[in-house]
Amino acid sequence: MKKIALIISTLSILTFTNCKKDPKEPSNNNNNNTNTSTTGKLILTFEAMFGDSALVLNNKTYVTANGDSIKISTFKYYISNITLTKTDNSTYSVPESYYLVNHNTSSTVSFTLNNIPVGQYKSINMLIGVDSARNVSGAQTGALDPANGMFWSWSTGYIMLKLEGTSPQSGSATKTFAYHIGGFSGINSVLKWISPSFNSATANVSSSTTPEIHFKTDISEIFKTPNTINLATTFNVTMPGMNAKKIADNYADMITVEHIHN
Amino acid sequence: MKQLIAYILLIPLIFTKCKVDPEIKPALPADNIRVVVPEGWPKPHYNFENNPLTKEGFILGRSLFYEPALSRDNTISCGDCHQLFAAFAHAGHDLSHGVEGKLGTRNAPGLFNLTWHPHFMWDGGINHIEVQPLAPITNPVEMDETMENVIAKLKNKSNYRKMFKDAFGDDSITTQRIFRALAQFMGTMYSYQSKYDMVKKGKATFNTSEQRGYNLFIQKCAVCHKEPLFTDFSFRNNGLSVNPALQDSGRMRITGNPNDRNKFKVPSLRNVALTSPYMHDGRFETLEQVLDHYRFGIVQSPTLDSLLQNGIPMTEQEKLDIIQFLYTLTDYVFVYDKKFDNPNR
Repeated sequence: MKKIALIISTLSILTFTNCKKDPKEPSNNNNNNTNTSTTGKLILTFEAMFGDSALVLNNKTYVTANGDSIKISTFKYYISNITLTKTDNSTYSVPESYYLVNHNTSSTVSFTLNNIPVGQYKSINMLIGVDSARNVSGAQTGALDPANGMFWSWSTGYIMLKLEGTSPQSGSATKTFAYHIGGFSGINSVLKWISPSFNSATANVSSSTTPEIHFKTDISEIFKTPNTINLATTFNVTMPGMNAKKIADNYADMITVEHIHN
Repeated sequence: MKQLIAYILLIPLIFTKCKVDPEIKPALPADNIRVVVPEGWPKPHYNFENNPLTKEGFILGRSLFYEPALSRDNTISCGDCHQLFAAFAHAGHDLSHGVEGKLGTRNAPGLFNLTWHPHFMWDGGINHIEVQPLAPITNPVEMDETMENVIAKLKNKSNYRKMFKDAFGDDSITTQRIFRALAQFMGTMYSYQSKYDMVKKGKATFNTSEQRGYNLFIQKCAVCHKEPLFTDFSFRNNGLSVNPALQDSGRMRITGNPNDRNKFKVPSLRNVALTSPYMHDGRFETLEQVLDHYRFGIVQSPTLDSLLQNGIPMTEQEKLDIIQFLYTLTDYVFVYDKKFDNPNR
């Protein structure tokens, strides 16, 4: 009996040591289980909608809360800093979780999180955008590579969300609109931490089953509540500031959980 | 006569000796690549912690700095507008130049002691030395290129794969590696060996005019142009009229704050004798013109710096003394350092 207790305590010390995190990662977790035999995978999938209609790029017309008709040519945004909470309230922060969800490229709208500790998860917390630390840390790679077109060259910072398209009501001469929403510090911050509800469902990660959380990203939300966006006046938001903040306040609730496959 | 024949016979030998394979251009010396923090200077902002400084990284960064493939039509390199002999400013050019003869809206500044800069560009819009090159590379009136294209072009140049391997362990070419190599080259452009620095160390002495100039400088200029870097890195409106053709609001372009209208980063005065023309739009050609602006030319506006409300009064002799002092800030060790020169020239 004593032997078993000794083994358990030794193992837990070892696993704790093993879990030393990159100090640059925000540490709000108690990751205590990364042993490969006790981990599984979790898939996150994002489906872009406009209200109840699935997004069709370029050809389909949608009507915003303000009554403006729009067609959408580009829609992409960052999802980062993913933390999962189990039914026992323990949490796991997915290290280096930076994803560019680009609805123009189907391969990017679904991604797999590896090395997720086995267990029943009841909630998720994540950031729409890129945390301030990575906005001030120089040249990054992967999803954060400045070559991905989501990084301002003239005023350092990530474009957290990009929505572009056309509208006959647009105030621009070319009848286009462009929302490049960013700003990571002080009054200009558009960082939106979200925890879309699982509606009492759980995602059950095991070594044999890989659950999938299916999210709905509703573009109509970008144009409404709390700020109704009028395309005649707000058609070019391409730098941090008040208009970017208004649009970010709107999109803070654009992502909801549609269903969870187990 | 015998001697002459002997010399003639030598000619083919000389020719043979001079023949070099054009493919193998020996790199100029790049030894002693190291982090420098001169005594008494503050701690640099960038310390190469995530980008370990190596000779190979420096050599790659230097090749990229002088690489015209960074521009859309392969005509312009960083080194075209940042010339070593001008302390990496663009000698004689008021505004930056781009592909197809396009003109920018601001003056290309000198490059040195960059690891101390908390932000880059005249408006401070860029917060990190590694991502700074993205601005000129992608600006439509500068190099007008994309990073995807830059990477594709470099992959097709045989020598780059080896240089990336030497610098980073394998031959993959990424944005991050390009920027980090450039940071190794630009971040080690240290200028700290001017006559002024020698005087501070007790190894040289100012002449009487330089000494008077230094005393005046401390009284009249050193709040903004703070020693030892000769800038406090603040943004200030120094009373320049707004060029109607450029309508450049400076720092306000970044912050959107009307209190920042027409404010620009205080430039370092190190090597200032070499970096003409002056100001963010290169409007002044001489230091006399610059000082006369502070004496007589200040334009009042709501965001004018509080220190400049009455200009900077000085006599003609005081002006000449200050300029004599400014000449002591020229660092010839830096601008004659061959390791910073174009290795392919």
